[in-house]
Amino acid sequence: MRAHYGYTDGTGDYFIIIDTDKCDGCGECLTVCPENILELAEDDYGKVVARVRDEVRIKLGYLCPGFNLVCSRKETNCHTACKREAISHTW
Amino acid sequence: MLVAGIDIGSRGAKGVILEDGKILSYSICDTGPESAKTAQLTMEKAINGTGLSLRDFSYIVATGYGRVLVPFANTNISEISCHARGAHWYFPSVRTILDMGGQDCKAINCDGNGRVTNFIMNDKCAGGTGRFLEVIADVLQVPLEEIGPLSLKSTQDFPFSTVCAVFAKSEALSLLKKGVAKSDILAGLHDAIAVRCYNLLKRVSIEKDFTITGGIPKNIGMVDKIKKKVGLEPLLAPDPQIIGALGAALFAQERAQAQGE
Repeated sequence: MRAHYGYTDGTGDYFIIIDTDKCDGCGECLTVCPENILELAEDDYGKVVARVRDEVRIKLGYLCPGFNLVCSRKETNCHTACKREAISHTW
Repeated sequence: MLVAGIDIGSRGAKGVILEDGKILSYSICDTGPESAKTAQLTMEKAINGTGLSLRDFSYIVATGYGRVLVPFANTNISEISCHARGAHWYFPSVRTILDMGGQDCKAINCDGNGRVTNFIMNDKCAGGTGRFLEVIADVLQVPLEEIGPLSLKSTQDFPFSTVCAVFAKSEALSLLKKGVAKSDILAGLHDAIAVRCYNLLKRVSIEKDFTITGGIPKNIGMVDKIKKKVGLEPLLAPDPQIIGALGAALFAQERAQAQGE
């Protein structure tokens, strides 16, 4: 399942997309995120996978620094932490 | 076997009772400030006339925005999975679902088993949702049930630049003052909502067959606009508003069977 978390507003698209077929629930992405955006939880079909925390979904554009502009310049980020390439950003 | 699904939405609460895989009864109520009380009322309304009581149910699944606050539910499941499950029950060929609710819209893809393969929701603002239509119906002083049919009578295009309820309200008011017909204003607004939904659908993938669930597809004007934008004829359930609760009831049935084994 490709799960899109986030929203579109007047300033742009702010979605974090997690491919739960690729995600194996290892939790590496949680440890590298500076803003503590992600968590592990069981989905509706009983698989433990990463997801964006409920409370941050409506302010994702403010809380997550964004991959393309900020985190992609860091050596470790949620994309590099994920060996299975399950995480992507729209900004 | 008797199971139930209860969907506490932001504007409406829905309950579906399944007996051996068939819909025995269902109910739709307004969501009040207390989810637990709303859930109780919705369940009572669904049970009413069947001679059943809460003790007779093997399993109850809650879904929707207020799902964690249903005291008598065995578990809760997200509305995204429930809408996919419910839509698949009516139409096994469905691959694309647009759920248009009271305060948000969701676009969902599912596979041949009714499992979600892709989803997106936009719940940051209520622009272009049921609440938005309520506000506009109020501004135009047209009953909510009549805005859809009235929008179909439009003869002129007045494109709206926004689906923000606050801005659209003032835009509608200024058009009214200029003497623009209510039907044309409604058509413009319905079109703006259809564009917003289409953009959401484009982020997942638009595949045949297509269905619309939630309360809004009861508005024929909205269904018409979305059909034209998306380019697919939507399959519509007899009561699209209960699809989420139906999906919850189907999950309840599966869990009850698993428990029994």
